[in-house]
Amino acid sequence: MRRPKRLRAVWLLASLGVLALLMLASITIGSRDVGLDDILAALGGSADGFSEAAVTKRIPRTVLAVIAGAALGMSGAVMQGVTRNPLADPGILGVNIGASLAVVVGIAYFGLSAASTTIWVAIAGAGVTALFVYTVGSLGRGGATPLKLALAGAATSAALASFISAVVLPLNNIAGSVRSWQIGGVGGGSFDSVQQVLPFLVAGFAVCALSARGLNSLALGDELAAGLGERVAIARGSAALGAVVLCGAVTAVTGPIAFVGLVVPHACRLLIGIDHRWLLPFSAVLGAALLTGADIVGRIAARPGEVDVGIITALIGAPFFIYIVRRQKVRAL
Amino acid sequence: MSTEILADKPRSQTTTADAVARGRVQRAARRRTVVIVLAVLIVLVFALSLMVGRTFYPPADVIGVILGRDVSGATFTVGRLRLPRAVLAVLVGLCFGLGGVTFQTMLRNPLASPDIIGISSGASAAAAFAIVTLSLGAAQVSIFAIVSGLVVALLVYALSYKGGVAGTRLILIGIGIAAMLDSLTNYVLSQAAEWDLQEAMRWLTGSLNGSNWSQVLPVLAALAVLAPVLIGQSRNLTLTQLGDDTAAALGVRVERTRLVVIVTAVGLIAFATAAAGPIAFVAFLSGPIAARIVGPGASLLVPSALVGALLVLVADFTGQFAFGTRYPVGVITGVLGAPYLIYLIVRSNRSGGSL
Repeated sequence: MRRPKRLRAVWLLASLGVLALLMLASITIGSRDVGLDDILAALGGSADGFSEAAVTKRIPRTVLAVIAGAALGMSGAVMQGVTRNPLADPGILGVNIGASLAVVVGIAYFGLSAASTTIWVAIAGAGVTALFVYTVGSLGRGGATPLKLALAGAATSAALASFISAVVLPLNNIAGSVRSWQIGGVGGGSFDSVQQVLPFLVAGFAVCALSARGLNSLALGDELAAGLGERVAIARGSAALGAVVLCGAVTAVTGPIAFVGLVVPHACRLLIGIDHRWLLPFSAVLGAALLTGADIVGRIAARPGEVDVGIITALIGAPFFIYIVRRQKVRAL
Repeated sequence: MSTEILADKPRSQTTTADAVARGRVQRAARRRTVVIVLAVLIVLVFALSLMVGRTFYPPADVIGVILGRDVSGATFTVGRLRLPRAVLAVLVGLCFGLGGVTFQTMLRNPLASPDIIGISSGASAAAAFAIVTLSLGAAQVSIFAIVSGLVVALLVYALSYKGGVAGTRLILIGIGIAAMLDSLTNYVLSQAAEWDLQEAMRWLTGSLNGSNWSQVLPVLAALAVLAPVLIGQSRNLTLTQLGDDTAAALGVRVERTRLVVIVTAVGLIAFATAAAGPIAFVAFLSGPIAARIVGPGASLLVPSALVGALLVLVADFTGQFAFGTRYPVGVITGVLGAPYLIYLIVRSNRSGGSL
């Protein structure tokens, strides 16, 4: 299905516009709504008054939502390409929970505290989990079919979530945040955390972007891709590495957020087609918009309290997951 | 959980009929032994969990308390704290074991247990909402839980229906529904006046902390009414495993059996969940463990109910005293059950089995 170049550019610009509006809304809306002049004042460096204080807290939060959403969206698109599986998503495959467990274990048993090490540990956890789930899902006849892979991922998530509870509960100092290691949120975003995670994300985005052409070949099937001169193992491995770095690094800061990487690439394919050179950046933009929007909803839905963005994405994403499962062909029992 | 078709091959001297009859007798004897051993183990662990704790009470004191005598110290510790907790552990274990194996037998898939396909999550979300947000009493909470358990069961079935219900589709859709319901539970808990970790753990993984007699009564009543109904359907349930047509030919009213069985099994799960939360993986584990020790061909309902009770008792006891921290029972069963879940998927992927 070819789309005219201009149409794709229009969609990309439109989604960038939506993202900009959502970012503005995310800074304005909250327990206390602020006006545009307050935002400008806060950006100018003034921190007096409640409104400016609110704005200085909301700006890093919004930035975190944007980069986390972008990373998860692109990571999901790459994973769907690598596994040729419409159900792939760093959350559903258990990769985010794996990153989360690695961080929790590091904090509990190895005195992990420096933020930069945390990110490395999270990426390692994400990588190990991704390998494990892929291996379990591809055992037996037919290789890694979408449903087998999703089932292996869901089982692994359940397993790792129990381990997280077991590790976190005895730690009185972080026991109150058991929830934040099982359900992700961006409420704790600060410029420090953004700064620490940003280099990893830039590297991840770059690796993924470079693998776009390879993913296009892989979409034709391994034999055909090899016939076209693609080194299949390298293309698949490097793309997967990029995706794991993206979702591992994000999880180290936000906790596990599921379903963003599932929903966004599907929506993007509907709008701009299947060319990964367009699909990946577009998934990043829409992912950022989705997560920022979900975070705003979470702040409005439970005023004056907040709902973690991971809860909102599950409520949006799970029905979509069910819809895709229903479309899959299954051997009847 | 296979059927008698796999009975022993006839030896040279005996006829097939003899061999079948002998096999049947042997299996019945094995099942009886297993049931007795499990019951004895439950009584032992039950007694142990009444005596052992921060303070040790000798059997005489414990028996005194149970008989209603006033024993200084023990009356409160054993009578108010340990006894309701241990009784509740046994009751919810029976409920989960029975409800779980019913679903697994009916859908012919060990992964199709109520705690994996979202029914426990539904009951738990409803119970948490009823208690935390609406502050209802025990009876209304149970009704809330059972209604939403039934709705979820219906929803999962309807969503996975597409010219027949395929096992894998049903399980994945159930997992999707469970993800939504768990996040609803999280939402309800985050709306509570203050974040209480104990309460949260109860509705997310299951816990027996703070058990009291008012929680025990509804579960006891549900078990007394529903378990006999379910066990009465045991033969029909086994026959429906042969396929709807065969079962109908053997005189089973398939649709009616299925309806009765679903409602009673969901009822058991919902009442237990309303009291102790969705204790992770007990419903999922009991059936396969019972199948292992009982062997093929026998009805698994009673053995897996007993396995469930034993699992909850042992896990709660271990969680309280084996580590530096007091873990809620659901964390222990979760850590035990999760590797088994993955093992099951690995095995059925390898053999291309019934997934």
